[in-house]
Amino acid sequence: MFIEYIVGLSGLIAAGLFIYGLKAMSSPVTAVSGIVTAGYGMVFVVGATFLNLFNVSPDARPHLLVNVALAVVALLLGCLWTGWRGRTVQMTAMPQMVAIFNGMGGGSAASLAAVSLLSDHATSGLHLSVTIVGALIGCISFTGSIIAWAKLDGRMRKPVRFGGQRIFNAALFLISLVLGALTVMQYGTPEGVLPGILFFGAALLFGVCMTLPIGGADMPVVISLYNAFTGLAVGLEGYVMGNPALMIAGMVVGSAGTLLTALMAKAMNRSLTNVLFSNFGDTASSAKGPEGEMKSADPSDAATSMRYASSVIIVPGYGLAVAQAQQKLYEFVKMLVADGVDVKFAIHPVAGRMPGHMNVLLAEAGVPYDMIYDMDDINDSFATTDVALIIGANDVVNPEALTDKSSPIYGMPILNAYKSRQVFVIKRGSGTGYSGVQNPLFFQKNCTMVFGDAQAVLSKMVEAVKALGTA
Amino acid sequence: MMDSVTSMTFIIALYIFMLAAFTGYVVISRVPSILHTPLMSGSNFIHGIVVVGALDALFNATTLTGQIIGFVGVFLGAGNVMGGYVVTDRMLAMFRPSQKQTTEKKGQQ
Repeated sequence: MFIEYIVGLSGLIAAGLFIYGLKAMSSPVTAVSGIVTAGYGMVFVVGATFLNLFNVSPDARPHLLVNVALAVVALLLGCLWTGWRGRTVQMTAMPQMVAIFNGMGGGSAASLAAVSLLSDHATSGLHLSVTIVGALIGCISFTGSIIAWAKLDGRMRKPVRFGGQRIFNAALFLISLVLGALTVMQYGTPEGVLPGILFFGAALLFGVCMTLPIGGADMPVVISLYNAFTGLAVGLEGYVMGNPALMIAGMVVGSAGTLLTALMAKAMNRSLTNVLFSNFGDTASSAKGPEGEMKSADPSDAATSMRYASSVIIVPGYGLAVAQAQQKLYEFVKMLVADGVDVKFAIHPVAGRMPGHMNVLLAEAGVPYDMIYDMDDINDSFATTDVALIIGANDVVNPEALTDKSSPIYGMPILNAYKSRQVFVIKRGSGTGYSGVQNPLFFQKNCTMVFGDAQAVLSKMVEAVKALGTA
Repeated sequence: MMDSVTSMTFIIALYIFMLAAFTGYVVISRVPSILHTPLMSGSNFIHGIVVVGALDALFNATTLTGQIIGFVGVFLGAGNVMGGYVVTDRMLAMFRPSQKQTTEKKGQQ
């Protein structure tokens, strides 16, 4: 009795610390303390859970030693492996890392459901139904996240699509539901075992099939959705285990993740159904390109005109991160600032591979966050700015999104870089962006292309400004 | 059939779910978009609490199958917790204001 109180209260404290931590993460100033606070909550509640060892069911008592040994080994293995991966992963690879860690949570929730079904102490049909629904969501999140990881990591370049895929997926989902219902109805009888196993198989397969047709550009939204799924699954399994801490933490993440998913989809001007079922990116490449010729310039010429400009706004895209040129860029920016140029960074909500990803990449290079502006805060400033420098970004500055109704990206909010007096674009070649759409901005009169690898171009720019000397 | 205690527990569970859902919504709606990635990863860390449920399930496992699945569950949950924490911490540690502003603030204090 006494132990139950301690364990219960530790869960309560942990849930409180989680919510406080999430709240603290809402400002860059307190964000680090937020995750640390949440971390203390986790250590506390996991530690207290070991007190449950004194409280196991009589049937499990003979197995206790083996079970504890297994638990300790599993904890150590899990922590060591992901701790090491998390410490060493490149910042550019962060989205797929988040995907894999999220998938592990979903898998854990599904395993928890499976063990709970096996242990044969479930009582009501309601209880069983919640277990099954949680398992279904957890399984989808588990395998779906793994596919998302493979796509973002470049291991699966093409979306897998075939005729009748939607009908196939819908059928698979229905089969999972029917198998789940059979498992509940025949629970406790020998006939209930097979549907149970098939149910888990079908649910895992559905997670794969649901994610396969979705294009790489939409993966951030999908990861965010699966993050919410895992939260929901954890919350439901928390009910099954009679553990309110899991219910609260899971449901907080479930709703926060849903909101975050909606915000991301909105930033890309897509509805969630559109992301999940539309097969975006197939036909986009057939769009006709704008007429005209691109002008190109030497890096040192471009650098010189920025050096003598009074204001510069930089629009970084994923191409910058691919070239690992953030450090070089900030070196260049520091020189401009030292010479009295007003430099700002403009970040599109979907710059990088996840919302906020570009901010992380710039922060890694040492760019202070008060130089970085959101789209809504900076979009009016472009018209009064001398130079907009676009590096490795394309679709997010494509004015066609505002004007051309036939464009696949029509309606997506963009950064109004085209309004600046002069636009420089650092780009590898004259190809199209992630959406496969050609960008008429590059053909505009005030636009000059600087072709080359961002790292090399920026090095030349730094040299050029150095050669000019300080004012 | 459900007895009254079970149905009451279920209703209380629904209350908890409702309040938690509102809490998550309110807490996130104030987060600036520059923190969205660390935030997704931070919330990812928080649902790692599933490891607690997995531990309980493993402690109470009575069959070999239960032990194997429980082991996998604890492994995955622990990975979720540790990985989520490490990457969130790494990302957040990078956010800092410009030197100029920091010194100004220190001067004011």
